[in-house]
Amino acid sequence: MSAISSELSAELPPEGGPAEPDLPAGTGPYRLAWRRLRRNRVSMFFGLVFLLIVILCLLAPVYAQDIAHMGPNAGSPTTQITIGGKTEFVTNSVGVPIGPTWNFSKYFLGADSLGRNEAVRLLYGGRSSLEIGVVAMLITMVLGTVLGLLAGFYRGVTDGLISRVSDVIWSFPVVILGIALATVINVQGLGPLHSTTLMTTAVVIGFVYIPYVVRPVRAQVLGLREREFVDAARQQGLSGPRIMFSELLPNLSSTLVVFVPLILANAILLEAGLSYLGAGVQPPNASWGTMLEQGLQLFPGGFSTVLVPGVMLVLTVMSVNIFGDGLRDALDPRSKVAR
Amino acid sequence: MSESGLPEQGPGALLAVDHLRVLFPVKAGLIIDRTVSRVHAVDDVSLSIGTGETLGVVGESGCGKTTLIRALVRLIKATSGQIHFRDLDITAASRRQLLPVRREMQMVFQDPQASLNPRKRIRQILATPLALRGLPRAEIEAESRRLLDRVGLRPEHLGRFPHEFSGGQRQRIGIARALAMQPKLILLDEPVSALDVSIQAQVINLLDDLKEDLGLSYLFVAHDLSVVRHVSDRIAVMYLGKVMELSPAAELYTKPMHPYTQALLDAIPIPDPAENRKRVRTVVTGEVPSPIDPPDGCRFASRCRHASDICRTVEPPLTRYANGHLAACHHPQNVSAAELAAAVRSPLSPTSAGEQLPTLAA
Repeated sequence: MSAISSELSAELPPEGGPAEPDLPAGTGPYRLAWRRLRRNRVSMFFGLVFLLIVILCLLAPVYAQDIAHMGPNAGSPTTQITIGGKTEFVTNSVGVPIGPTWNFSKYFLGADSLGRNEAVRLLYGGRSSLEIGVVAMLITMVLGTVLGLLAGFYRGVTDGLISRVSDVIWSFPVVILGIALATVINVQGLGPLHSTTLMTTAVVIGFVYIPYVVRPVRAQVLGLREREFVDAARQQGLSGPRIMFSELLPNLSSTLVVFVPLILANAILLEAGLSYLGAGVQPPNASWGTMLEQGLQLFPGGFSTVLVPGVMLVLTVMSVNIFGDGLRDALDPRSKVAR
Repeated sequence: MSESGLPEQGPGALLAVDHLRVLFPVKAGLIIDRTVSRVHAVDDVSLSIGTGETLGVVGESGCGKTTLIRALVRLIKATSGQIHFRDLDITAASRRQLLPVRREMQMVFQDPQASLNPRKRIRQILATPLALRGLPRAEIEAESRRLLDRVGLRPEHLGRFPHEFSGGQRQRIGIARALAMQPKLILLDEPVSALDVSIQAQVINLLDDLKEDLGLSYLFVAHDLSVVRHVSDRIAVMYLGKVMELSPAAELYTKPMHPYTQALLDAIPIPDPAENRKRVRTVVTGEVPSPIDPPDGCRFASRCRHASDICRTVEPPLTRYANGHLAACHHPQNVSAAELAAAVRSPLSPTSAGEQLPTLAA
C-alpha cells in the first residue's frame, strides 16, 4: 500500500497550496435568479406597476384626509359639488352618479350610487383587497407547505389523511366552497371571525386554496426524500422535523416562490368574486369586489363605477401574474431569458 | 498492512454483525397490499471489524453490499440478526440512543453529487455535524476550515455550493462531513466508483492517510477487487446476500478458495494486452438467480463449473482454514489436503448452512 501511496502522491494537490487570492464565495441560486429576472424588462415593469398600486393603496388615508377631504363612507346622493362655477348633486334624479371630474380634490373618479367618493373608495377598497389577498396567500402558503411536507415526508397514515382531506376540498369549485364557508362564518361567527372583519374572507380564501399548494409540495417531497443527502442527514442523527425544515425546505423554495404570486393573484380575484356575490367583504366596507357589485346594479348607467374597480382589479392581477411568470423563468436555471 | 488473522467475533470488535438478514417485502394486491414474497438482499451475514482495521466488501451489483452498509447505519431496518457497536446492541436502538453511536460511526456515500444538499453552502453542510458534535458556535468556522484543509480542499471553498465542485472534490467534502463527527469507524459505500480512475487514486490515498493519522477503521464497499486490494486488511466477498469468502487481503489474491472469487479476480483487467491474452480466465456464465427466490444449497451453484449435487441441495458452511481464511464452498480451490483436514466450521456460518465440511474435489 505504501508503494501505491508514494507512486500516486504526485497527483495529490500540494497541501495548503501556494498563497492565492481569496476565492469569492459561490453565487447562490437566488442571486443568479435575480440577475436573470433583472434582465426581463417586461416582468420588472409589471413588478413595479404592482408595487405602485400597493403604495397608492397604502396611502389611501393620506389621500382621503389631505386631498379629497372625505372618508370612504362619507357623502350622500344629495352632496353637492361645484365644478367650473356650476354646482350640482353627485347623483342625478334617477340615481345615476356623476362620472370622473379629473379634479383630485373633488370626486376625482366620480361618485357611486350612494354619493360616496369613488377614488377614495377605490384606494380603501384596494387596501382591503390586497390585505385579504396577502393574508390569504400567507395562510395558503404556510399551511400548504407544512401539510405537503408532512404528507410527503411521513407518508403512510399521515399522507392518507392529509391527501384525502385536500382531495375533498379540491373537489368543490373554490367559489362554491368559499360562499358556503363565508356565509356560515358571517352568520354564525367562528372564534374571532365574524361578518365585520376582513379576516373572515382572508381565512376562507386561504383555506380553499390550500390543496393547490399541498399537492405539488407533497409530490416534490416524495422525490426529495429518496435523495442521498436526506440519508446523509438521517445518518447523522437529525430528527424528522429537522430534516423536513432544514434539509428539504430549502430545496422546495424555488417552487414556493413561484406559488406566491400565483396564489396572490388568485386570492385577489376570489376576494373580488366573493365580495361581488355578497359573501366576501360586507358593506359598507369597500373592496374592489363590493364596488363592482354596486356599480353593476346601475349598469349601463354610471359606467365609471364598473370600469374603475374593474380596470384596477385587472391591472393588479395581470401585473402579479406577469411578474410571477418572469419569476418562474428566472428561477428555472434552464430557461432562456432575453439578454 | 497487518496480516493478522480474524479478530474474534464479539467482545473487542468495534463493529460486530451477527447473522444479519434484511428482507424486502414484495407487495401485491388490489386494495390491501399482501406480502407475496421477499427479496433476500442480505441473508444471514456475520462480520466484524476490529479497531484500526479496514474490511473490504466486494461483490457484483445487487449482491447486497449497499443494503448491508445501510442496515449497519440503521437507514434500513434489519429483519433479523444483531448489530453490535462496541458491545452495544444497536439493532433496535431509538434515534436518541443512536446519537452517541452515530458520532463514532459515520458513512460516506457513493454518489457525492446526490449526497450533498444542493441548496446548502459547504459551510452549512459542515456546520450541521459540528453542531451535533457539540462544538460551540464560535469554533465551528475554524474547525470547518481545518476539515477542508485536512481533505485537501482550500478553506475559501466554504462559501461555495456543491455544484461548483468537481466529482473528486465533492467526495472530499463528503469525507470531511464524515470526519466532522470525529468518528472511529467510517462506512464507505463505493466511495470511488462514481469517480474517474486518476481521481479514485487520490481519494483512496486520502482515505489511507486519514486512517493512519486518525486511527480510523473502515468498512470499504466496492464492486471492484482492484480498488479494495490497496486499502483492505481483510476482504469479504458477497454473492446474492451471502458471504462467500472472507480472507486476509493478500491471501485472497494469491490463494482464492471460492470459485466465485476466482472468477472475480479473473475479471480484473490487466493493462497489458499481451499479459491479458496469455492468462486463462474462469468466465462466469449465466445470470444471477433471483434474490426473491434464491436457490437452495449454494447460491453460486447455478453458475459454478465445480458444482456437484451437494452444491445444489446443501448450503455450504463458512469453513475456517489456516490464517483465518473463510470460504463457503463444498469444493474449495487452492487448498491442500492438510489444510482441509485442519479446517473447522466457523461460527459465522449461516444458520441454514449444512454441517458437512468440504472434501477434496474428485
